[in-house]
Amino acid sequence: MTLLLNEEQSMLRDSARDFLRENAPVAQLRQLRDSHDPAGFAGPTWSAFAELGFAGVAVPEAHGGTGLGAVEIGVLMEQIGRHLSALPFLSSGVVAARLLQLAGSPEQQAAWLPRIARGEAIATLALDEGPKHRPEAIALRAEAHAGGWKLSGTKSFVPDGHVASLLLLAARTDDGVAIFAVPRDAAGVQVERTLMADAHNAARVLLLDVALPGDARLPAGDAALLQQALDFGRAAAAAESLGIADEVFERTLDYLKQRRQFGKLIGELQALQHRAATLYVDIELARAALSKALHALDSAPAQAAEAVAIAKAKCGSAATLAVQEGVQMHGGMGMTDQLDFGLFMKRVRVLQELYGDAGWQMDRLARLRGY
Amino acid sequence: MSETTTLEGFRAETRAWLEANCPPEMRQPTAGEDDICWGGRNARLGEPQRLWLQRMGERGWTVPTWPREYGGGGLSADEAAILAQEMRRLNCRSPLASFGIWMLGPALLKFGNEAQKREHLPKIARGEIRWCQGYSEPNAGSDLASLATRAEDCGDHFLVNGQKIWTSYADQADWIFCLVRTDSAANKHTGISFVLFDMASPGVSTKPITLISGKSPFCETFFDNVRVEKHNLVGQAGGGWDVAKYLLTHEREMIGAIGERAQKQPLGAMAVESLGRDATGRLDDPALRARIAEFEVDEAAFRALMQRFGEQARAKQAHGAFSSALKYYGAELNKRRQELIMSALGSGGLEWQGSAARDWLRSKANSIEGGTSEVQLNVIAKRILELPGA
Repeated sequence: MTLLLNEEQSMLRDSARDFLRENAPVAQLRQLRDSHDPAGFAGPTWSAFAELGFAGVAVPEAHGGTGLGAVEIGVLMEQIGRHLSALPFLSSGVVAARLLQLAGSPEQQAAWLPRIARGEAIATLALDEGPKHRPEAIALRAEAHAGGWKLSGTKSFVPDGHVASLLLLAARTDDGVAIFAVPRDAAGVQVERTLMADAHNAARVLLLDVALPGDARLPAGDAALLQQALDFGRAAAAAESLGIADEVFERTLDYLKQRRQFGKLIGELQALQHRAATLYVDIELARAALSKALHALDSAPAQAAEAVAIAKAKCGSAATLAVQEGVQMHGGMGMTDQLDFGLFMKRVRVLQELYGDAGWQMDRLARLRGY
Repeated sequence: MSETTTLEGFRAETRAWLEANCPPEMRQPTAGEDDICWGGRNARLGEPQRLWLQRMGERGWTVPTWPREYGGGGLSADEAAILAQEMRRLNCRSPLASFGIWMLGPALLKFGNEAQKREHLPKIARGEIRWCQGYSEPNAGSDLASLATRAEDCGDHFLVNGQKIWTSYADQADWIFCLVRTDSAANKHTGISFVLFDMASPGVSTKPITLISGKSPFCETFFDNVRVEKHNLVGQAGGGWDVAKYLLTHEREMIGAIGERAQKQPLGAMAVESLGRDATGRLDDPALRARIAEFEVDEAAFRALMQRFGEQARAKQAHGAFSSALKYYGAELNKRRQELIMSALGSGGLEWQGSAARDWLRSKANSIEGGTSEVQLNVIAKRILELPGA
């Protein structure tokens, strides 16, 4: 095993970078935000992204995807982070696709995976109910009802919820956690877009006596497989954070080499040099931890929990430091909406909360290690 | 035969050889410093230690990747990685701890002449000569290049006068690799030369320094008209700084890896053993539990970073100054580890006859020796990040 990218993976990185730089740069996110775009992402960009095979990177070839692995997901997510691309890839192409593949019936997979891979349908996991990620404390009940199911309750912080045509809904049944495939237009489903600080998509989902047929339940969907699908999402969010950290650090380093005060470049000041060097080491640690997690997901996903928790915690912390230092070292300009640092900072904050912040990951690591 | 088949064959042979040749006593964890084999003329080795060193030395496996003609094993990087894995699998102790292996050897391989390599490298590989490092001086610490120990050119030899400090195990070493000033008129970097000499030479004396840990791993070392033959000059006269810097990158990797080599019990498990669990099964000290988890995230990331660095080095993609990043972070990490161990042990760790308090105090030197953390950050800022300024 090697933690370095192979030739194909490097080529994937380069083509994703070129595509996103051209088609989904930070400027596009600004435009979507400032025009109050109802979809919150650019449809044509998403279609082109899917046509290049990116949206289906985690979908098996049998279902129309490219059948690549976690490392390739990470490669794409880093580039998405660097460009702050507003695309429903993480929610649909990674977490929902992986959950359907792990736990869905052949019919559910055949109905949804090809459309997810082609970017024609967006699916998303509706999981959290309170302000923090608590997959072990899912309370929304699914009651057996007339050979099917009846669900009532609320889900919050559902990524791309208002543009999804399929909600994968985690609920509690008499025999534990279950996952249900809920069409967005099912009777009793209300989706309310929640405008977030990062100008990316999220929604609140209300279910009022939503009646589902028996085969809406994902046959293998339980707490363990849910965690496994989430681990792909966690590693992907970690990769997006790392991409942001890299981008912000590069821009900040450039600024330290250009900005003059006191008759010299501020990059000559040892106080800033040491902070930049410390941040550099932190980002390299995060990169290594992430590679380890992505390889663990590719080789033995059920045993990858520790490595994923470590990567999500470390990438989150490194990216948090990167955006804070980015703003601070740019001084007043760092605080302006004109520069991009605020946008990066907001996205990192959202990515921290998504699928468990650093504190949650560390608690999980401690539990896994028996203390 | 494919490369993989060859490597798997090597793995099988290596495993069989280790099983047949590593004495059972050498598969037990080391209990303390006395169990570490440093070799040298004055070494007092137990029979299993002596046997293990001799067998590994004969194969060149104390220095697996060095060329065979200099006493090495001649292994490729992949083969050396397999040897290390198989040694870990059997819990084999390292047969030899040595500044000759970690620091001088790589420098001699790069800068030494043929006669120097043939004279010194095999003795390092077999653990016959124990080396110490004459770098720091009372007035040349972080600013190492301002060193003042003089070597006067006397035709066929130098006459060395001056003082070194923080010389690790100088009182037990056989030979020293030493930075001396051969040209006081030149600027401070170009007047330095790298020389080798026997610590038994007339005029050499050492005085151990007692540290806050109660131990004396370091010495003051004095040179009073010490005769050093010209053939013991490594590289060019005045070219010692290049040798010194190259050697420092190896020293930094070594210190950076200190906490990792120790292979101690995981911190969380140790804390549970000491403090017990609460009603929910968690460590019965929530604040310490959070600090340990944060540490273990960073520790795992650091291990991954070292693995990644090794792979980059083999692929010739590593940055030459990256050892400074490893040294900086490894040293800070080990200090954190020792602080957490003290918190986990509580008053039990404070007893002076135990090792916890001494290890904790010793770790404070990690971010000073081999270049302070601040110096490493300077190196990263300038050489890797290419930030401006002197």
